Amino acid sequence: MILRRAAKTIVLGVWLLITVFPLYWIVITSLKPKSEIFSMPLRYWPAEVTFEHYAELFSFADFDLYLLNSLLVALVSAAVVTVIGVLGGYVLARFDFPGRGALMLAFLVTQMIPLFIALGPLYLLMSDLGLLNRLAGLMVVYIAMLVPFCTIIMRGFHERVPVALEEAAQVDGASRLQAMVRVILPVMLPGVAATFIFAFVQVWNELFLAITFIDSEDAKTVPVAMNSFITQYDIDWGSMAAATVVSVVPTLVLFAAIRRYIVEGLTAGAVKG
Amino acid sequence: MSRPAFTARKAGLIALCLLPGVAFVAVFTYYPMVRGSVIAFQRYNLFDLTSTPFVGLENFRAVLAEERFWTALRNTGLWVGLSLFFQFLLGFGLALLLRRHFRGRGLYQAWVFFPWAMSGFLIGLLWRWMFNGQFGVINDLLLRTGIIDTRIGFLSSPGWAMTSVIVANVWYGVTFFAIMIMAALQSVPRELYEAAAVDGASRLRQFWHVTLPHIRPTLALIVLLRVIWILNFPDLIYSMTGGGPAGSTDIVTTFLIQQVMGGDYGRAGAVGFLVLGLLLAFSLFYLNATRFERSR
Repeated sequence: MILRRAAKTIVLGVWLLITVFPLYWIVITSLKPKSEIFSMPLRYWPAEVTFEHYAELFSFADFDLYLLNSLLVALVSAAVVTVIGVLGGYVLARFDFPGRGALMLAFLVTQMIPLFIALGPLYLLMSDLGLLNRLAGLMVVYIAMLVPFCTIIMRGFHERVPVALEEAAQVDGASRLQAMVRVILPVMLPGVAATFIFAFVQVWNELFLAITFIDSEDAKTVPVAMNSFITQYDIDWGSMAAATVVSVVPTLVLFAAIRRYIVEGLTAGAVKG
Repeated sequence: MSRPAFTARKAGLIALCLLPGVAFVAVFTYYPMVRGSVIAFQRYNLFDLTSTPFVGLENFRAVLAEERFWTALRNTGLWVGLSLFFQFLLGFGLALLLRRHFRGRGLYQAWVFFPWAMSGFLIGLLWRWMFNGQFGVINDLLLRTGIIDTRIGFLSSPGWAMTSVIVANVWYGVTFFAIMIMAALQSVPRELYEAAAVDGASRLRQFWHVTLPHIRPTLALIVLLRVIWILNFPDLIYSMTGGGPAGSTDIVTTFLIQQVMGGDYGRAGAVGFLVLGLLLAFSLFYLNATRFERSR
């Protein structure tokens, strides 16, 4: 029994090490001076800690601008998609109407087919609409990308709110909208927040659409900027490591906040079925 | 749950609530897909849009005649198959170890969960740096432990590159499987185990005769979703190797993205169709196979 417990602890410990080490390594790399990054033998603890790579990001590269762009696009897209999800999820959960099943199917299909299958035509559409190289263009595409998932998830949250609660509010003279804002939303707030954060992180991380539609310097998001750090033969790993750390910190914090919901959301569909 | 019946009075509300979402998805998802399926039959190059005649199956013929497409197809099999196999195996193991409560389990899960906060693009960069042929930490560790005597150019040699991207993908995906399988394990009613224990079944037999049959349908579904997801996941390969060296880590989706970036939308459309066909064929085959197994 003790032996088994020890074995289990060791295995779990090793896996934890394997999981965390890459993150540790990128953080350490970002704090090493260039001379140390590219010298052998490698040091597993920096002899000298420097913030020069972080400073470079904000002085040579306009990383503050990219961060601001990413933040703006992610906040707006996530907010819009959450509102759309709350509304759509509400009627999908509460009403039976012709075409409801077809709509759900149409939404589910988009989750199986990668968006970049239509990357070319989407580029042409964006070009026709004058949305290339504009943050607003990225926002509408991201909203479209996230609507199906967020609507389906919000439908699940709505279904858990007892109808009686809403009816009681309506008996008290509240309109449907008032009932939704004052009674249903407060009950669902954790779910709404989780959906918002999920959408935010998805947008924050998105690469292919952004590099297709954006190439002007002042509309770059963080992944687009980092993508342009990659040249064919040479990467400045100090700056790249610093950029990785800067871009991953917000998502780590947000994901930690909604971990429970992600696990629930991931597993609900598959396990129930 | 009772849903109020559909009445004309409520039609307005329903339409109003659904319209924004439907509009976005119709215009920016379905319209491009439809247009893309038309373009697949046209000569359509972004850098020469003066004439875009219909050319029948010309684009498909061109793609299928290309050596790189077939390489990408073979690689897709390796990428999906091997990634899935190891993610499943390690994820299952992790789920079994985390099944019972122990002190610090919540904290442990939080730490093991973190790769999920990162994008495939960043994961690819992380591993690109670690697999670096000169200053990479993996070479350093292998040298220190005496497993190798000379550095390996993991990402610059066609023989190693595929292995390297798969290692990174396995690292990324184990947590997902662990979470899903843990949830599946928790869905097994406790009484079943109790009954089995009363009958004197050993732990292993309980696992084999109680746990496994009970969670098999869920596992089948998880695996299917995962195959589709891994196939649709070019991000990691894109930032780690860009499909190179010499196309040795290309999969169908990185190949597709290269076509789009090259501006040949006609061919990209054809590749898109082929990817869709592949997804569909696999899903049908798989669903059929697992249904057969269940009814046996």
